[in-house]
Amino acid sequence: MTLQTEPPVNTNSAVAQQSSRSQQTWRFVRRYGLQFGIVGVMVIMWFLLWLAAPDTFRNKEIYISFADSVPYYGIMALPITLLIIAREIDLSFGSIMAVGVMCFLAVFNATGSPILGLIGCLLAGLGAGLLNGFIVVKLGIPSLIATIGMQFFWRGAVLVLTTVASNFPMEPAVQADPVLKELLVGRIFGVIPAQFIWMIIVAIATWVLLNRHRFGAHTYLIGDNPNSAELMGVNVGQRRILMFGLVGAASAFAGIITSYSVGSFFTSLGSGYLLPTLSAVFLGGTSVLGGTGTILGTFVGSFIIGAIEPGAAALGLLGQWTQLIYGFVIVISVGMHTVLRRRIR
Amino acid sequence: MTYRLELKNVSKSFGEVKSLQNVTMHVDQNEVVGLLGDNGAGKSTLIKIITGYHKPDSGELYFNGQEVKNLTVPRARKLGVETVYQERALADQQTLWRNIFLGRELTNKFGLLDVRKMVEETNRLMIESMGFTSGAVTADSVINNFSGGEKQGVAIVRALYFKADLIVLDEPTMGLSLQETRKLIDFVKGIKRAGKAAIFIDHNVFHVYNVADRVVVLDRGTVAGEFLTKDITLNELTEKMYRVAESGHLD
Repeated sequence: MTLQTEPPVNTNSAVAQQSSRSQQTWRFVRRYGLQFGIVGVMVIMWFLLWLAAPDTFRNKEIYISFADSVPYYGIMALPITLLIIAREIDLSFGSIMAVGVMCFLAVFNATGSPILGLIGCLLAGLGAGLLNGFIVVKLGIPSLIATIGMQFFWRGAVLVLTTVASNFPMEPAVQADPVLKELLVGRIFGVIPAQFIWMIIVAIATWVLLNRHRFGAHTYLIGDNPNSAELMGVNVGQRRILMFGLVGAASAFAGIITSYSVGSFFTSLGSGYLLPTLSAVFLGGTSVLGGTGTILGTFVGSFIIGAIEPGAAALGLLGQWTQLIYGFVIVISVGMHTVLRRRIR
Repeated sequence: MTYRLELKNVSKSFGEVKSLQNVTMHVDQNEVVGLLGDNGAGKSTLIKIITGYHKPDSGELYFNGQEVKNLTVPRARKLGVETVYQERALADQQTLWRNIFLGRELTNKFGLLDVRKMVEETNRLMIESMGFTSGAVTADSVINNFSGGEKQGVAIVRALYFKADLIVLDEPTMGLSLQETRKLIDFVKGIKRAGKAAIFIDHNVFHVYNVADRVVVLDRGTVAGEFLTKDITLNELTEKMYRVAESGHLD
């Protein structure tokens, strides 16, 4: 039964204007402002590189190279976006990459099957992630601190369990199932690296999860106002633990792809990916304060980060310029997002 | 006739703080109960127990005569309890439709959102119940620019949409203008006319007296007294409130 009385609303403050065509367009721009922003940055950068370094950027080699190497960390950046939207963070994903591949090799050596190894790898990553989530949610340790600790813990676990060597060849696993290798890191039509397709698949899956699934709706709510979410019956703790689990599984997957591609498992796998991955997420417009963020932003941000070093080299800028440019690009992009967010809302 | 809601000997402590001690109260099928008490009396804790957010340490809850153990927020909602929280329980950076369906998103069996339906329903509610008739505010508008009264409207419409039988309003007049407050009072009277029940908490004795059939006074975690508003004048009630705050006794 609906009530007849009108609940109180002050309609004077809702501006009385008719909605016009230009208003609707402007509203569309405002709604997708973050995405427009980062795509704009990418287009500008690309245009500049196209003009200034034609030898590199008008050839397909560089793009194949991006498609080959960006997914190594891009695949992790996508689910991490959800985690950061929910006001959490994970600094241990690089170490979980190594945990995943270590478990792959352990299962492979025990069973001779790379497929079982892959399953073991993903489960290990999921388990590590869920443990991270458990520590953060049930013990109440802030995720920044907890995952700094877990970063060392997981890396230490890998080093201790693999004391015999610091790298392990992937060749035996590759030979045992060449089809799997093609599926993971082969070349589609002889040109497109398979891992790029995987990154697109992960991007689509996380987009659907974030924007079309109840889990994603809850992610935004938890990040925006965890108190409100809790009062309205959202199982905040369970959602957060699952997010950490997803990040763990994605990290393990990224680890196996990287190792297959490189041909070797280095026990230091992932230790260099912390900053590029997180930079890609923040560059893409996700706010560290939570509640906002987009998958497209992270996807584009991953490629912008990936392009900085080769772009600088192609422009003839020596190695010492790389850091400066990284910093410049990050500060400009995050600044742009902060300003845009303030003005759109 | 069975009560819509009954609490028997409900207690709740947080560490050393005894928030509620052996509270027994009820709400009839069709009445507005005003819950009065000074700061720290335990009103918000009581409300959060009724809505399933907190579990009582001891005591029983009865909805329409049936005892309910292990009440949770989703379960309380199924029983017809809807709350308009003091904090509004809204997510400021999110859109209107996300706020209306906060925690109760319409999905198919795989959990995929039915965004179109939610936006449709929100648009309908906006015009019918919230009075947003101009084109400036849509289901996709982010609510952080809404006024206090508009946000209140969102919280109330949300409670109504999900077919509440018992509406709990926790300090609903906080932050509202005079006109918005009057609309809220009228609205609570409308709940009564529609055959439902409400629990109305407010610091302002005047508002509560205006709208409640019965007043329950909480003091330091216990029920200090109950009065039918028709049996007591506003002055008498105000006096008793001061007295109980100072001395712990109503007389």
